[in-house]
Amino acid sequence: MAQFRTCPDTGLYFHKSAESLIKANAVAAAVALLVAGILALLVVLTRWQAVHLLPADQFYMALTAHGIDALIFWIIFFEMAVLYVASSTLLRCRLATPAWGWVQFLLMLIGAVMTNVAIFQGSSSVMMTSYVPMQAAPHFYLGLILFAVGALIGCFIFFGTLVVAKQEKTYDGSIPLVTFGAVTAAIIAVFTIASGAIILIPTFLWSIGYIAHIDAEMYRVVWWGLGHSSQQINVAAHVAIWYLIAGLVFGARPMSEKVSRTAYLLYILFLQLACAHHILVDPGISSEWKVFNTSYAMYLAVLASLIHGLTVPGSIEVAQRGKGFNNGLFEWLRKAPWENPVFSSMFISLVVFGFLGGITGVVMGTEQINLIIHNTIYVPAHFHATVAVGTTMAFMGVTYFLIPVLFRRQMILPGLAKIQPYLFGGGMTIMVLFMLGAGTLGVSRRHWDMDFTGAALGFDYPGMAYTLMGIGAFGGVIGVLGGGAFLLITVGSLVFGKKLEPSAGLLQSFGLPLAASCYSNQRPETLPRAAPLPVEGHGSSSFEAPGTFVLAMVLLVSFIVYYFINWKYLASVWPLS
Amino acid sequence: MTSFMPPADRFWWKVPVGRQEIVWILIALTWCLIMFFMMPYWHIYGKQNLSNEAYQTTPAKFGAKVQEGIDQNKVGEEAGLPIIHPPAGSDVYMLARLWQWWPILELEKNKTYRLHLSSMDWQHGFSVQPININMQVVPGYEMVLTVTPDQAGEYGVVCNEYCGIGHHTMVGKIYVKE
Repeated sequence: MAQFRTCPDTGLYFHKSAESLIKANAVAAAVALLVAGILALLVVLTRWQAVHLLPADQFYMALTAHGIDALIFWIIFFEMAVLYVASSTLLRCRLATPAWGWVQFLLMLIGAVMTNVAIFQGSSSVMMTSYVPMQAAPHFYLGLILFAVGALIGCFIFFGTLVVAKQEKTYDGSIPLVTFGAVTAAIIAVFTIASGAIILIPTFLWSIGYIAHIDAEMYRVVWWGLGHSSQQINVAAHVAIWYLIAGLVFGARPMSEKVSRTAYLLYILFLQLACAHHILVDPGISSEWKVFNTSYAMYLAVLASLIHGLTVPGSIEVAQRGKGFNNGLFEWLRKAPWENPVFSSMFISLVVFGFLGGITGVVMGTEQINLIIHNTIYVPAHFHATVAVGTTMAFMGVTYFLIPVLFRRQMILPGLAKIQPYLFGGGMTIMVLFMLGAGTLGVSRRHWDMDFTGAALGFDYPGMAYTLMGIGAFGGVIGVLGGGAFLLITVGSLVFGKKLEPSAGLLQSFGLPLAASCYSNQRPETLPRAAPLPVEGHGSSSFEAPGTFVLAMVLLVSFIVYYFINWKYLASVWPLS
Repeated sequence: MTSFMPPADRFWWKVPVGRQEIVWILIALTWCLIMFFMMPYWHIYGKQNLSNEAYQTTPAKFGAKVQEGIDQNKVGEEAGLPIIHPPAGSDVYMLARLWQWWPILELEKNKTYRLHLSSMDWQHGFSVQPININMQVVPGYEMVLTVTPDQAGEYGVVCNEYCGIGHHTMVGKIYVKE
């Protein structure tokens, strides 16, 4: 018999089996984040040339493990938890096949441990991309394959739960927007994992000697079907979390269900093609192919992100104005709960993802401009803006919400929790900005020594490059401290936080009253449709969210200026064809 | 509270979209189209475009071409590496291997060369600094860049694709003479 517990204040229902799986995946994610964070500190302190902490072999080992633990294990474990929340919890539905949920978790856990063991044994310092013909130990690839199989099972449990919810009529009308976003993420995940299987299984067989040769260019093309598309899962997932947090904190409703869902549909149709922008300066790939895949199609996905960039803060503005914060363009934003880490994490995620991650991603994904950026430290700067700030901070925000709701613990160190998003977001933003600058000066990514110690022929980077890398590393250290604070608060709350009594209202300090109750065998009531709008409907001819529109125009103008600055810069390099 | 609840309107796709969203979507779509047209535009009017010329090759075949170029055009040596001064307009061969760019090139300003690049072993990154031109060098593939260095000076060729423990020592040279 399916057991449910309700949370009267938030209206959420937790199915016991799903709840255990959400907890397990979230805890595994936190462990991966801890490992990734420690490694991040080592990497940052090595690339800070004045400190230059690790020797070369340990640096490349740490960098490989950092990439995989942060980008794959932390994020995908957390996304499994998100899928369970978006299906079972939001739809008030029992989880389809909970036993397979544990298969999902164990396979991913075994895979994550196996790949980490391979890396720390020292024989697999091949970077996250593991480009052939450089070879890692067989269990490096096998671990990734097991992890991917686990994730695929998680996606199918998610789809299965949607089917159960539909059949058992646990909700009225269409699935909620947040669940729709999770569907997008899960569909992209299936594509992504298929690409991963197509390339990693032969590579594993090659590493144990069953296959003689893997073509290096084919590997790059197919691998990026995994490598970039997995970041698109993150985008779909963290946009869903933006909408979720806007709903939880402000009671915001989407400005237009149709627009937001169509934008998600654009992700499904076009985001996959964006993985082509990793191979823009590769041999043997035609300009027509590159232009189509990175622009014609990719810009429709960019359009989708620009739409979410308006509708998420726009929905918050509409909700805030409805509460009377109507003065001027920005009172709604000034009076937002900036001390609530659920909101501040989400909003920093939104802003940095758009302004830094989004703009730089489109610029460097432009066919010709890529040749002044490819493999410079500009590239990790870009994806730290998208993933380390965008995705990670969205996940951090929702974790602050889940600690009392899901784990039923009172959060410890609320004072630190108020500043943690600023510490992490601020540090990472400094790191990103200065790494972007260093990349523009040609500083290489994945490089142990910008002094080229021991090289027969030298090259001297300008002094400014050292300065930029130093300040960027300083920001990185602050970011790591912020990440450490997050883990201290969340893990500390699980261990030392006061257990919440059933139906004890908490989180009020962050404006979120809630209570936890006991499990019962009673099936939850059908999830009703949202209440209709009181008076004037959406779709009005007035601008409902003028402040957001101004912010969106600021984004657009920054985008246009920065885009053409890069063309100007491109025009200054040697003529090529 | 509706982002995580089913839409209020059962037929949500029939609810008209607000003017603000429509205006923004049109502005954003226009910008996306401008960005799209910039790339074909630059192919026609811009001077910096990526190579569409590449061949499959093998390390042995490509290595022989490089050696031939050195035999014909060698003008000196630096740090044990040959320096070649190929004729303007000719095919110039440079290889990447653990952990060298081989040979050193001496080119003339404002002359055009067909620069052939390939790797003998793992993947490498051809990163000419400080001008900041970056290309991927992949074993088994020979990419041909038609390049016209228009600024004289001494350029470093940094490897910017990770290629093992000696990656940071992999630096080559290109001289561009007046």
